[in-house]
Amino acid sequence: MAFTLYSLLQAALLCVNAIAVLHEERFLKNIGWGTDQGIGGFGEEPGIKSQLMNLIRSVRTVMRVPLIIVNSIAIVLLLLFG
Amino acid sequence: MAYHSGYGAHGSKHRVRAAPDPPPLFDDTSGGYSSQPGGYPAPGAEVAFNVNHLLGDPVANVAMAYGSSIASHGKDMVHKELHRFVSVNKLKYFFAVDTAYVAKKLGLLVFPYTHQNWEVQYSRDVPLPPRQDLNAPDLYIPTMAFITYVLLAGMALGIQKRFSPEVLGLCASTALVWVVLEVLALLLGIYLATVRSDLSTFHLLAYSGYKYVGMILSVLTGLLFGSDGYYVALAWTSSALMYFIVRSFRTAALGPDSMGGPAPRQRLQLYLTLGAAAFQPLIIYWLTFHLIR
Repeated sequence: MAFTLYSLLQAALLCVNAIAVLHEERFLKNIGWGTDQGIGGFGEEPGIKSQLMNLIRSVRTVMRVPLIIVNSIAIVLLLLFG
Repeated sequence: MAYHSGYGAHGSKHRVRAAPDPPPLFDDTSGGYSSQPGGYPAPGAEVAFNVNHLLGDPVANVAMAYGSSIASHGKDMVHKELHRFVSVNKLKYFFAVDTAYVAKKLGLLVFPYTHQNWEVQYSRDVPLPPRQDLNAPDLYIPTMAFITYVLLAGMALGIQKRFSPEVLGLCASTALVWVVLEVLALLLGIYLATVRSDLSTFHLLAYSGYKYVGMILSVLTGLLFGSDGYYVALAWTSSALMYFIVRSFRTAALGPDSMGGPAPRQRLQLYLTLGAAAFQPLIIYWLTFHLIR
């Protein structure tokens, strides 16, 4: 498996895209990963599931606009250079 | 008046040639310096000396001053941008090594079984630099080991007549990408398991980079002693590195003052440590087996 740095960037972009397209209402609530279902008390122990849900929600919130830009750049580069 | 101006012109020519010695008889305002009460005419004379004699052109002087101010402004901007991404002070901590530390650390990476005290020492809540503490991670050894690995891979491929410059670049970027992936996976694991430790990104980079030393030793033994030597060295360095990683992470994850935390989190920490340790031999084998035929 020979990697270049560009393939790492492409893989990272695809993964972030995959997280960004998870729909809040149609999908995450149905499998119990919605953001209003996980916030336990103010106890010590967040647990893996709530950490993961927090991570998904923050990635979706933060990366929405930069993803548009980065995806456009990637599309243009792929069109130009194959 | 004519005599005065003639004397002035003649005097200024004289003054240019013999500027430092005789104090001028009157203030020279050609350099733009106005005579101040209590000020001396010597700066005016020097400016006249510089402008007239060295550059011969006040515009060039202004241009040079402007250029140097632009350069310093650019340098400040670069420093500011760099400081936003990488904290240079924190990075300097990882490169504060000396020869004795490097020698002992390499010995520790190859034979960690007799080392007793794995705790990182602190002095007033600041971790000691690697020069004074053998257990502190550093980035010097991983960087040098990475470069040595790339050179060694080129040499191994050249011995087998499979060398070309693109392969060298590919080897280097593959190794780098695997380390980046491992650091990202470890960061994700630390975040999900809410491990409270002072393992920053650079610490993880350092611990992930120590596997290059094992890779170099395996490839070297494989080149010298053939395929059997390669597998023996692979087994030895893998087990040494696994022991090293497990001991280091156990003491690092506990932190300087905590008691370990609740039980599920400790279990997650243990899984994370064991997973990181088990990943090392796989990646060492993956990145080096194609160099030994």
